[in-house]
Formats: sequence, C-alpha cells, structure tokens
Amino acid sequence: MKPVLLIDFGSTYTKVTAVDVEAEKILGTAASYTTIETDINNGLRNALAQLEKACGKLIFSETYACSSAAGGLRMITSGLVPELTSEAARLASLGAGAKVIKVYSFQLTEDDLDEIRAIKPDIFLLVGGTDGGNTDCILHNARMLATMAPTFPIVIAGNRTAARECQRILQDCTVHICDNVMPKFGVLNIEPTQKQIREIFLKRIIQAKGLSHAAELLDDIMMPTPSAVLQAMTLLAQGCDGEAGIGDLIAVDVGGATTDVYSIADGMPRQMNTVYKGLPEPYAKRTVEGDIGMRYSIHGIVDAAGINAVAALSGLTADRVRELVDYLGTHTDVVPGDDPELEALDYALASLAIETAVSRHAGTIEETFTMMGQTFVQSGKNLTDVRQIIVTGGSLIHTKRTAQIAAHALFDPANPASLRPMRAEIRVDRTYIIAAMGLLSSHYPQAALRILKKELENNGYPEQTNSR
Amino acid sequence: MENTHRKKVLVIGVIGADVHAVGNKILYHAFTEAGFDVVNLGVMVSQEEYIAAAIEANADAIVISSLYGQGELDCRGMREKCDEAGLKGIPLLVGGNIVIGKQSFEEVEKRFKAMGFDRAFPPGTPPETTIEALHELLDDKA
Repeated sequence: MKPVLLIDFGSTYTKVTAVDVEAEKILGTAASYTTIETDINNGLRNALAQLEKACGKLIFSETYACSSAAGGLRMITSGLVPELTSEAARLASLGAGAKVIKVYSFQLTEDDLDEIRAIKPDIFLLVGGTDGGNTDCILHNARMLATMAPTFPIVIAGNRTAARECQRILQDCTVHICDNVMPKFGVLNIEPTQKQIREIFLKRIIQAKGLSHAAELLDDIMMPTPSAVLQAMTLLAQGCDGEAGIGDLIAVDVGGATTDVYSIADGMPRQMNTVYKGLPEPYAKRTVEGDIGMRYSIHGIVDAAGINAVAALSGLTADRVRELVDYLGTHTDVVPGDDPELEALDYALASLAIETAVSRHAGTIEETFTMMGQTFVQSGKNLTDVRQIIVTGGSLIHTKRTAQIAAHALFDPANPASLRPMRAEIRVDRTYIIAAMGLLSSHYPQAALRILKKELENNGYPEQTNSR
Repeated sequence: MENTHRKKVLVIGVIGADVHAVGNKILYHAFTEAGFDVVNLGVMVSQEEYIAAAIEANADAIVISSLYGQGELDCRGMREKCDEAGLKGIPLLVGGNIVIGKQSFEEVEKRFKAMGFDRAFPPGTPPETTIEALHELLDDKA
C-alpha cells in the first residue's frame, strides 16, 4: 500500500481524499466546514481526523493540494477589441482556474482604475494587439496602471513589440512577460500565460491567503481547484500512456454560487458548408456562470430561464416558486431532504442551471442563404458529437433524478441553434474526487485515470436524450 | 526602433453573405508574395470583423472582395464605421463583381469613391493591379 493524500481547500469546505496509488483505489474521503477567518488549518485537521476515523491511521507518502479558498484566484484582464484579444485574455484566465472579476477592452479610464483599486485583484492580465499590430492601447493601459502603483502582479501577454516598453513603464511593479495570447489574428496561444498564472498563484497567492502554514505540510503542486478539475477532465478524455481515455466530454459542476462548465473537444465545424466565425476556442475550455447557482445565485437561474419555465418543470405555481426562491436565496444552507416541494423546485432549478450554463458554453449555428445555396455560420464549439457528460454538485448527487437533470445539457430540438450533444452517457462524481484526481495526475496519471474511470463508471446512466 | 522594417499589414476578406473562397485564397497568396503581412478573414465577413481585425493588427489598409453582386449594399457605411472606430483615413479598397448587371464601371467607381473607398476595381482585375495601387497608397507613408 502506498497512500497519497489529496487536499482541496474550498471556500466553505476542506475536502480530503486518501488514495492508494499501488492498488489504484480510493481509501476514503472526508470534508470539514472551514472559513479562512477561522484558520484554514483547523478545517484540515478536522477533515483528517474524520478520515482517520473512517480508514484508520494512514501514513501518507505524499501530499498534494489545490485551493479555491478566500474567493479563489481573482483576476482582472484588459485587452483591445472585446471579441478578439480581450476574449483571448478571458479564456486564458478561466482556463488557468481563475475567477475573472472584470474584463476591460480598449483604453482604461480613470473610472476603471477606481474600480480596479476597489476589486484588488490577485493578478492583472494585460494584453492587446497581435504581434506587430496595435501598440497604443497596451502602452496606454500600462501607463494608466502605473499611476495607481499596483501591489498586485501584472502579467503582460500582448503585442510582443510593446512588451519591454510596458515592462519599463511598470518597472516599480511585479511584472511577468509572456508570449502574446493572440500572436496572429484568430490564433490563440494561451498556455504560456496559464503557466505563468499558476506559478504566481503558487508563489504569492498561497502566502497572501493564509495557506502558507498548510503549504508546509505539502510536497508539491498547489493549483487553483478549477485548474485541477480541467487537468482531470483532459486526462479522462485523452487518456495517457498505457490507459485510454473516454473521448470528448463535457463536465458541469452546479454549485451554490456559480456553475462551472468544462468541455474537452475541438468543436470545429463538421460540414463543408459551414463557415466558422470568431475566435477559435481552446480544446480544453472552461466557463464559469457567476449568476447561475443553486442558492447564492438562485435568482440568476430564475432571471435566465424565466419564472414560467421553473414553474412548469417543478409543477409548482409561479407564486409559490417566487416565495421559495426568495426563501432559499437567504437560507443558503437549506437542502430539500424529504420535502417534496423543495425537491421538485431543486429539480427544476438544477435542470435549468445546467441548460443555461451549457448553452452559454456551447457554440451556436445559424443558417443563412447565399447565392451558392444554404450555408451555415458557426461560432463557438460544436459539441453535438460529444457522448459523455460528467456532472457534480449537491443538487445532482442528492437526488434520484440525476439523469433527467443532466439531460438538460443535451441538444434541445426547440433550440436547434445551440450546439449541445445529441445524446450522451451521464456520469456522476458522487464523492467529489475529480479535483483530487487532477492533482494526482501530475505524478500518477495512470492511477488517477483508472480511479476516475472506475468511480464514474460505477455512477453512470446509459445514453440519454433531451426528451422534452 | 525594431519596427523600421515592419511589413505593411493588409486585412482582406469577402464581404457579406458571399462564400466565394477561391479568389480570396489567390489574393492572399499574391499579397503575401508581394511582401505584405496579410490577415485573411476568409468568406462571409462583416464590416465589424474587418474593423476589429484592423484595430488589433494595426492594419495599413483593408481590401474587400465581393463576387455575388451585393457589394454595394454590403459596403455602405464602411468608411463611417472605420472613422467611428478610430481607423480614420485607413485606405479602403474593393474589387470583384461588386455590382449587378451591365453598368459602366466609371459610374460604379464614382459611387464607391463617394462612399469613401480609395480604390474600386472592376471584374477580372489581376492581383498585380491591386498591388500597384496598394504601393501607391501606402509607400509614401511612414
């Protein structure tokens, strides 16, 4: 036996997972309530005590951790054109596991600086211009940032022609230069920036967020939790040496405050008569819907889907939905339990949360007629051929209707422009092991992949379609 | 300055609901061969896409193709949008089968110039003619 400990410092829970990497199995999991105010180490101690109670005393040969504590990795980005370099910066930050608080385009104003001061980001990502392209905007923005004497680190990943001058302008700040996120028009190059963001996260953020004491216990790899999840999902889709993956997939984590969607698929047009428009999206793509969540963001679901949709799916009246939604929005710790009304409501809300979040994540297709006949214009990823959906989150785990809720991620004949999977197998992460397996995969990819496959296969449903 | 030998940057593409891809590819190769740095937006390009690409790439000129006869409609307002987006004075060139029917090209050219285009080319214009025009428009400028 070779036990390895994996820790996920969350904003409300610290989750621990013990794995035997030799037998390739999970020894146990535990979670403990924590807040950053009460010292994150108490949460870890409690969780470890629980784990010991369940599996006996374990001597861990290695310990790895990820964290989304204290608001996660909060970033602001600024680019030039909204749908080009600004979008590239946003995609880069999200893929690095960050929470993108604000995206600026064009020139920063004094009002923007006030806002940046108030937000106090963990990292600022400054981009703009293709290589050899526009330099005015990024130079202006560097000068503006310099006037506010920023204490946060700045990553410069714009037009390479302007990079060194930006660095000189910001010489009193901590500055990191990376390759341009959009070196040529329509070409994304976000990995170098993501690597840099992760390095800064390791060095600075952990200390700033009171995790440094906990970090002493760890051997290696602290990464933002979403980054660990993206790593696990990429491994599950692609496989590694000696173990095959399960192919293209979508993963959805419906939380209390946000809903995260991951897709691992290239998503380019399937047919000759389809023209792709807009920035090509990354193979491993993450989006976060900050307004879609089961409790803190419960009103966002209703706003996005409409009260009538919630009423129709839950079988409750619109008035009753309004009442319950207001109640749950302030009583965020309430779970349905045996209450049939709350169960019905949570079913409807979780279904619509998934539908909204996956629709926003997936690409769209539009039919147009040209002199040459029928043509389709696609923007974003075509996920219609994806056959695997992985879901997690309390509202999907503590219900008998997991598969029906998850089926709302699928293609809807009533909304054919949204390029969601035609049909897919549904798998559930019941014990929240995905982030842990992402961590483990850095050193034990085969073990991580086999455990993931085993756990998710045991908690799966056969192929579903959107039956409405 | 490391920028003294910067190639001139062109943004090219076929405007509107037009999917004629072959001429676009020929122009891309001809312009690249002639020493330009070319951002090719392909087919079915909207005015906004030309402008967004021209801003990011700090383009020196926009070359619009249209082969399906609707070019005049598609190009309307392009100059004004460029002005609005801060691309004041950027050379705009257009060519292809830009109008329908048998019209005297002199008339057509006049209309496109009134719309703010620097050059308009009739059907069958060889790439060399456009390249020459680009040199005329761009070479004196810093």
